[in-house]
Amino acid sequence: MRGTRSPWPYLLIAPTVAGGAFLLLYPMLKAAVISFQHFRMGELIRGGAAFAGLDNYAELLAGEEFWRVLWRTLGWTAINVVLIVVLSTGVALMLTRLRRGLRLALMSALALAWATPIIAATTVFQWLFQSELGVVNWLLVMLGFDSFRGYPWFADGTATFAVLVILVVWQSVPFAALTLYAGLTTIPGELYESARIDGGTGRQVFWKITLPMLRQLFALVASLEVIWVAKCFPQIWVLSQGGPDGATTTLPVYAFKIARVLHRYDLGSAVAMLTVVILAVALVSNLRRMVRQ
Amino acid sequence: MKRLTLNAAAVVVLVMTIFPVYWMFLTAFKPTGEIQAATPTFWPAHPTLEHFATAVNAPGFWTFWRNSLVVTVVAVLVALVTALLAAFAVARMRWRGRGAFVVAVFAAQMAPWEALLVPVFIIARDTELLDSLAMLTGVYFMITLPFTIVTLRGFLAAIPPELEEAAQVDGCGRLAAFRRVVFPLLAPGLMATSLFGFITAWNEFAFVNVLIIKDQDKRTLPVWLSSFRDVFGTDWGATMAAASLFALPALLLFLFLQRRVGTGMTAGAVKG
Repeated sequence: MRGTRSPWPYLLIAPTVAGGAFLLLYPMLKAAVISFQHFRMGELIRGGAAFAGLDNYAELLAGEEFWRVLWRTLGWTAINVVLIVVLSTGVALMLTRLRRGLRLALMSALALAWATPIIAATTVFQWLFQSELGVVNWLLVMLGFDSFRGYPWFADGTATFAVLVILVVWQSVPFAALTLYAGLTTIPGELYESARIDGGTGRQVFWKITLPMLRQLFALVASLEVIWVAKCFPQIWVLSQGGPDGATTTLPVYAFKIARVLHRYDLGSAVAMLTVVILAVALVSNLRRMVRQ
Repeated sequence: MKRLTLNAAAVVVLVMTIFPVYWMFLTAFKPTGEIQAATPTFWPAHPTLEHFATAVNAPGFWTFWRNSLVVTVVAVLVALVTALLAAFAVARMRWRGRGAFVVAVFAAQMAPWEALLVPVFIIARDTELLDSLAMLTGVYFMITLPFTIVTLRGFLAAIPPELEEAAQVDGCGRLAAFRRVVFPLLAPGLMATSLFGFITAWNEFAFVNVLIIKDQDKRTLPVWLSSFRDVFGTDWGATMAAASLFALPALLLFLFLQRRVGTGMTAGAVKG
């Protein structure tokens, strides 16, 4: 075996460590420090920010808006992640049962949806849900929902929220479905055969065999989706900028708005730090499991 | 009958998955009259390229296109080289601190990038890298790096070290053994990771909004596309043509590399 005293491994990781220190660790510490400072437009230009202790956090937690945004973010994450996991499980199970031709066609469609850049897809969804010429309203009217004639989706908070959910679910299902499908193909067929011989129904087979076998994979997919959905920013920013009336302002959008529009960099950093802490707490069990592997 | 229900359901899912992408390209090729028809058509009666001309002739299109391509390709390539070195150290060598390094890389994958917008802006300003593509490239490199290391480590670990050792016994140097034996087997891994890196960097929207503020010529395609929509508001043909042109490289790369990655993997399995 190679000697432990060789400088080679350290030389090989040096570029990674340097990049991480300069572009990840240092900014992270800086963000944490700013969240404890009085840091606004003036301090950004002149420097010399004074420490303000927990003032920023106190201001945030005392305000009503933060709590509204927090609950909205939790709801946003829960709705999206549940839909993504349920639908992608369905699609993955469907893929295992399809004949080759249809399976390849569906997999290619998923790959195309997955590869469509976020901003391009967001622009397309603005067009799909356009009030007068949008094909969604046309389809809904065709199906007999006459109240959707010229319906302005982006004028109403709940409707905008719904469009964003559809967009994010549409973008996220392909990755989750293809990953789960890859996992499903590793389960030996004999397990299913013996279950069928024992008279198990499709539902029993899923709960008794598929789910336990893929518990780790489901946990991984679910926690990745929690991170991605909770932190999702460009879709919301481009589609609604958090509006109308703040109905689609989630934590990342809130942090961006506070920093960019109000020039409250200290408060923005505090929101970002709280987001990180909340996500870390929510994911700590999964994180531990992944590190152990 | 059961088969029929399954296939029907699969077709529904397929249509719902592909429809937005299809509608984007279709609208881009439709003449304005057809786009504004009360009853939408699902196939262009008279396809036209006028919307693509509008998009391509919009101010700055080629500049932003080039910026996006340069930033993305450089970031992905630098990340690949850096990650390959680190992944090799982790997968093939034993050293003090290896475990801590692996945990750090795993944790970095979950880095709260949105929380770093303000400090990264300050760093860029203090090093006079604001409005520069170099800073943007650096950030995209760092965003894609942890994932690239983890994935390449996985691919490297799947290649038995005995292959390299055998080559070394046959008289190859360590570097030559790596280049001739490991590198070809690693090709699918490199392609898969560069694909993910490309999509991440090509998509990035938050940092470019914060790091490029004065010099509008340094903007990238995502920013251009989002502002294009504001400027060309009701011209959905031009907007969809712009979106198509933005999506095309990612779609082509995905379709092309996905097949290569697949065949590469099976080839590797047969040879290995």
